[in-house]
Amino acid sequence: MSSFNPKNMSAPERRKFRGLVTMFVLSLFAIIVFAYLPKESAPVTYGFVLGGEWILLKEWIIDSKTASTLFAILALLTTFLATFLFKVKRSSRIVSFIFGSAFLMSFLSWAASGKFVPFTGLLQGALLLSVPLIFGAMAGVISERSGVINIAIEGQLLAGAFVSGVLASLFANNWLGLLFAPFAGALIALLLAVFAIKYGIDQVILGFVLNVLVIGLTNFFYKKLLIPYQSDWNSAVAFVPIEIPLLSKIPVIGPIFFAQSIIVYLMYIVVTLIHITLFKSKWGLRTRAVGEHPTAAESVGINVNRLRFKNVILAGAIAGLGGAFFTLGAVGSFSKEMTAGKGFIALAALIFGRWSPMGAVGAALIFGFADNLQGLLTIIGTPIPSEFMLMAPYIATIIAVSGFIGKVRAPAADGIPYKRGGGSR
Amino acid sequence: MRKVLQKIKLPILALVVALFVSGLLIAFSDPKVLALKGDPLAMLGKALSIAGSAYWALFRGSIYDPQLADTGFFGGLYPLSETIVVSTPLILTGLSVALAFKAGLFNIGAQGQFIVGAIGASYVGFTFELPIVLHALAAIAAAIICAGLYGGFVGLLKARTGAHEVIVTIMLNYVASYFLLWLLSTKAFLREGRMDPIAPEVLESSRLPRLAGQDYRLHAGIFIALLAATAIWWLLNRSTLGFKFRAVGANAKASRTAGISVAKSTTFVMVIAGALAGLGGAVHILGADHALTNEVGGSFGFDAITVALLGRGTPLGTVLAALLFGALRAGGLTMQASTETPLDIVLIIQALVVLFIAAPAVIKAIFRLKSVDEGQAMASKGWNG
Repeated sequence: MSSFNPKNMSAPERRKFRGLVTMFVLSLFAIIVFAYLPKESAPVTYGFVLGGEWILLKEWIIDSKTASTLFAILALLTTFLATFLFKVKRSSRIVSFIFGSAFLMSFLSWAASGKFVPFTGLLQGALLLSVPLIFGAMAGVISERSGVINIAIEGQLLAGAFVSGVLASLFANNWLGLLFAPFAGALIALLLAVFAIKYGIDQVILGFVLNVLVIGLTNFFYKKLLIPYQSDWNSAVAFVPIEIPLLSKIPVIGPIFFAQSIIVYLMYIVVTLIHITLFKSKWGLRTRAVGEHPTAAESVGINVNRLRFKNVILAGAIAGLGGAFFTLGAVGSFSKEMTAGKGFIALAALIFGRWSPMGAVGAALIFGFADNLQGLLTIIGTPIPSEFMLMAPYIATIIAVSGFIGKVRAPAADGIPYKRGGGSR
Repeated sequence: MRKVLQKIKLPILALVVALFVSGLLIAFSDPKVLALKGDPLAMLGKALSIAGSAYWALFRGSIYDPQLADTGFFGGLYPLSETIVVSTPLILTGLSVALAFKAGLFNIGAQGQFIVGAIGASYVGFTFELPIVLHALAAIAAAIICAGLYGGFVGLLKARTGAHEVIVTIMLNYVASYFLLWLLSTKAFLREGRMDPIAPEVLESSRLPRLAGQDYRLHAGIFIALLAATAIWWLLNRSTLGFKFRAVGANAKASRTAGISVAKSTTFVMVIAGALAGLGGAVHILGADHALTNEVGGSFGFDAITVALLGRGTPLGTVLAALLFGALRAGGLTMQASTETPLDIVLIIQALVVLFIAAPAVIKAIFRLKSVDEGQAMASKGWNG
């Protein structure tokens, strides 16, 4: 065990080692609490069919104790596999993912003992809850990768939701609402850009104040116009889901990914575009340069502040588009403070995903899943209070930023205003 | 005198502009005004009367109401007592944020710390049976300890691992609200016979004395708040510890070179900031509300940030800003009830004031000022800083 002496390890190795220990402890926890301790065991039914997709497997009925045991053992096996990979210094990302899934399934089989779990529906709902988080996190990626902290995601989402809902209602045209949602988000971002880049004001404070402003404005108009004149101002109807031929028929995957509203398909496009352009295009290279080392970027002829300005506005537009999901993508009409802190969870997803597009998407999906699982468990009744499930994303983020398992690092110049020739860093 | 005038010029002008912009919003979002599109003069008149009546209601709800003065002059002052009731916790949470600002930290977590403090005070208040003064002190001490630890955790995490306090405090705010929601569903906290999330009332012996009879909610908490403000002034301006805080806030690198422990300073500041916000929660429960509900936090923790920014981070400024925003909150309720102007206009006013103070260029341009005292610049720091 000499190679396992934490004292001889580098910092990242030590964090990975701590991660392994955590996995091991969690596996044991699953084996004891989910598999061994329960006295009674009842069959769990997992349902896999939602609508008209091809049927591969309709239901899977298994004894809860058996399922918990199987998945707990799988979790323990992946832990050993991860340990082996750690010893030979190979990446264990996929194994970690399998570990997480196995642990969750062990937990779910225990919590839903004797109940019905609509498995496909659970994942479909999780994706829907992740949509605004993903849009918000993408807005964060673009803004923060170029060096401007975006705490105003919440406000941008809310502005997008408000404007899209109101316009769709006034003109009885959802497409018009969808078209102008990005402009609403961009308008808030414009304020952020002017004050943060031109006047160099603290971006965290600024973002916070902008959130207050948008909440105030939307609440004000909601009470003054949207409630009294509801039939004109707030009677939009949500987009109907579009089923993509063939793809939507694939068992499990089809209903989750390919029977959604237009906004979800737009999200696929936005995410793909950002992921590719950020790492493969000239704009992406410049954006990252400006966020990491503005002085160096300037020295090769990049106009730092102009690029930041453009990116902040683009980020706002993306968040605004995501805001339309709250109204047109889900319920149609606008309601007071309907984003309900989703902008901050998006921020958490951004940080949890280490400021990378795909990492942020992954984190947003996990947070969305946790949220939906919590809803399901509240309905079927579980031993764990739903409030603790709701806390999970926030606690996970605190663990992530404190560097207990893996270290997150923001772009080096994130949040620091750039003055030409001033040499901010 | 000139110096004082110079100092308060920017906040006052910012408030004036914010009130003007909000007035426009109140007037021109009203269908009765918009209906007079054809006649500009009549439209202006109607706009003035609508904005005027809204602000008059704001005044009546926050300072003096002639309609309540049938029992004499002091009856009309009931709204002022409400303003002070709302301002009291705001002063304390505002001080929490202001102190952290001085030490270079942005405490968005006053909301969570306030809630944790309220939980601590409420639990001691309704569980134990103690003699009269001792009980209140014990409840306050519980709040200070709980919230101090909650805030200190943030400082410790920042000092030990570099985790940014803004991220951690945002997350802890949510954790605190969900924790409160859960507590209020447990046997220990849920009031007997109730389904809605409300705890038992704190016992008489733990309550802060009412200052103007039982008809007024005005309670002794305002003295605690003013005492705290004085203490923070002393801490910042007259003590070694406060000097260290300010030094670290001004330049952490230089302070480290000078031998000041930045880690210790960060942790201490957050302990005190948390304790202050928690004290706010205790005072609000023991003085005004008497029972813990899931909405105990209101927006005391969030308003605290605008309060601290408007107060330019000084204790006196914070007290004044808290009184102003307390007045807006208290008056906003009357305004909403009597003139159909939503309470949320208060949020807009707050955001605009802070925005104008943060960017004096706008105010300078409007009033053609050559210079204003911009106070301590809101130095921008990165996530990694």
